[in-house]
Amino acid sequence: MSLRIVVAVKYVPDATGDRHFAEDLTTDRDAVDGLLSELDEYAVEQALQIAEAVGDAEVTAVTVGPEDARGAVLKALQMGAAKGVHVEDDALHGTDVIGTSLVLAKAIEHVGFDLVVTGMASTDGTAGVVPALLAERLGVPQVTLLSQVGVAEGKVVGRRDGDTASEELEAALPALVSVTDQSGEARYPSFKGIMGAKKKPLESLDLSDLGVEASEVGLAAAWTAVDDATARPARTAGTIVKDEGEGGRQLAEFLASQKFV
Amino acid sequence: MAEVLVYVDHADGAVRKPTLELLTLARRIGDPVAVHLGPGAQEAAKVLGEHGAVRVLAADAPEFSDYLVVPKVDALQAAAQAVQPAAILVPSSGEGKEIAARLALRLGSGIITDAVDVTAGDDGPVATQSAFAAAFTTRSRVTRGVPVITVKPNSAPVQAAPAAGAVEALQVAFGELATGTKVVSRTPRASTGRPELTEAAIVVSGGRGVNGAENFSLIEELADSLGAAVGASRAAVDAGWYPHSNQVGQTGKTVSPQLYIANGISGAIQHRAGMQTSKTIVAVNKDAEAPIFDLVDYGVVGDLFQVVPQLTAEIKARKG
Ligand SMILES: Cc1cc2nc3c(=O)[nH]c(=O)nc-3n(C[C@H](O)[C@H](O)[C@H](O)COP(=O)(O)OP(=O)(O)OC[C@H]3O[C@@H](n4cnc5c(N)ncnc54)[C@H](O)[C@@H]3O)c2cc1C
Ligand SMILES: Cc1cc2nc3c(=O)[nH]c(=O)nc-3n(C[C@H](O)[C@H](O)[C@H](O)COP(=O)(O)OP(=O)(O)OC[C@H]3O[C@@H](n4cnc5c(N)ncnc54)[C@H](O)[C@@H]3O)c2cc1C
Repeated sequence: MSLRIVVAVKYVPDATGDRHFAEDLTTDRDAVDGLLSELDEYAVEQALQIAEAVGDAEVTAVTVGPEDARGAVLKALQMGAAKGVHVEDDALHGTDVIGTSLVLAKAIEHVGFDLVVTGMASTDGTAGVVPALLAERLGVPQVTLLSQVGVAEGKVVGRRDGDTASEELEAALPALVSVTDQSGEARYPSFKGIMGAKKKPLESLDLSDLGVEASEVGLAAAWTAVDDATARPARTAGTIVKDEGEGGRQLAEFLASQKFV
Repeated sequence: MAEVLVYVDHADGAVRKPTLELLTLARRIGDPVAVHLGPGAQEAAKVLGEHGAVRVLAADAPEFSDYLVVPKVDALQAAAQAVQPAAILVPSSGEGKEIAARLALRLGSGIITDAVDVTAGDDGPVATQSAFAAAFTTRSRVTRGVPVITVKPNSAPVQAAPAAGAVEALQVAFGELATGTKVVSRTPRASTGRPELTEAAIVVSGGRGVNGAENFSLIEELADSLGAAVGASRAAVDAGWYPHSNQVGQTGKTVSPQLYIANGISGAIQHRAGMQTSKTIVAVNKDAEAPIFDLVDYGVVGDLFQVVPQLTAEIKARKG
């Protein structure tokens, strides 16, 4: 039987743009162009590499988000995923990590899976907890924050480089993995990939298709609330000197004046 | 007074500093109850008690080290049921966030990650977060269940506050999922003798401009003259010049030291995400247009191979 790999991809405001909060203190997704979270490119790459290594495998990219979020799935299809799923519903606006993981889990179950691959964190919310929440909801082992991953003989093995130690991990399929940006450069879509993506199936679902009540998601149902968001005050311009042979000593003088030396 | 659970991050009973910071924050909300999993509870309890833990709930079992994350979630869930806490605080490491997330889901609670401050509010704890690469500061609350909050290192001072800190056994029944992910082997990271990156008061970093692994000795010498930790940009890490565990930025460590010195680093948004809350920022870069100069308190436009050795020599001379 073919290995069913589902990769979760998030559409996020470009980090190099001027990102803001909207009036309701959710992410302003209109002010800045969106793209597939760069950290999810690594997830797509590893999903594709695992599929290529196994041979008989199919990769499905799933996203949850507004209309534009389709762009994240499209990019995954261009990179080489076989099909896509986009969960879109007005009720999703302002969903927190708990709600996001609920909808994603339902969508992943809807597709059917042996292996779920995610990024280590999104580049907007950056919570880094959706993978663990998905594993809890799906009732499968979490093999997360991997810098190296492989699948063989019904098992996933990987290396997790933590703050204090490096760990070799192993779990039986079905399982969920998340990969870091150390897992290997993501491929660029080829011209053929870009053209081919247009013909690949991209299913659109709403909450009712997944049996999720609107009252379980969205800003009102979030289990967290943001009370205020303030822009960081602009830094006052610092002193900048050009090195004309004394730059190191001048800097030492500055550090001394600030009591660092 | 209500009790607040604090998850203890430790190495065989040696408590790491971020946990002691959590005890300071926990005391603003209630009486801290520490949860210690694995060996060394007695040694840990002494330190935890000195920093305000009224009790230490301890459990030891091979599952905690032999399997990933879930056994610890089972244990914290048992602790939460035993204590009925007003909040649960967990250090914001990769593992800490994963434990906190699964716990929150099981308890029917909201979760706030990467808080940089926590205070008592009228409707429960209020957490400060830093958003969009530290361009915004937000204040958030958990509105349902027991607030589960993960807190970044360096978010609070470590304060002595003697309390009983007596060890009590915590009974844990591991669930079916606990043994799902086996830790086949574990290789501890070798210590460099320098301060831990996220805890250091001064961080000296090198980027692509350092131009080679061997040249990082310049950065290390400067760091050592200041008693600082060494950081690196992703470009330097990807080139193999310095270990990934020293990377500063969005996908590396977030640092917020008193002083950050960036050498040969342009200041890309993903790097800034990890250092822009540093109190004083200094940069050495030969390109006057480098975006890092928008952040600095003091910048030197120049060749780091000239400036850095001179700076190190001058610091050593001044220190005598
Ligand atoms: C600045 C900021 C701070 C926030 N803080 C919190 C908080 O403390 N608590 C809270 O409950 N919510 C918080 N949120 C909301 C939260 O980020 C969103 O609910 C988001 O949809 C899920 O979290 P994340 O993007 O942080 O995911 P992460 O956990 O960082 O994402 C990890 C991986 O999960 C997958 N994934 C995540 N979201 C999707 C998606 N929509 N579609 C497909 N795959 C996905 C991707 O593979 C991704 O790489 C915050 C949002 C912002 C903008
Ligand atoms: C999803 C994602 C996550 C990322 N996460 C991180 C992260 O965590 N951390 C991170 O750092 N980056 C991260 N990056 C990469 C980031 O975008 C930049 O590519 C990186 O920070 C650049 O590193 P740099 O400043 O060392 O190199 P460059 O941008 O190449 O800058 C080198 C600088 O050195 C200067 N220089 C050269 N020679 C000298 C000399 N002799 N003397 C003085 N100055 C000199 C140059 O003028 C230049 O400004 C991430 C990128 C993505 C897409």
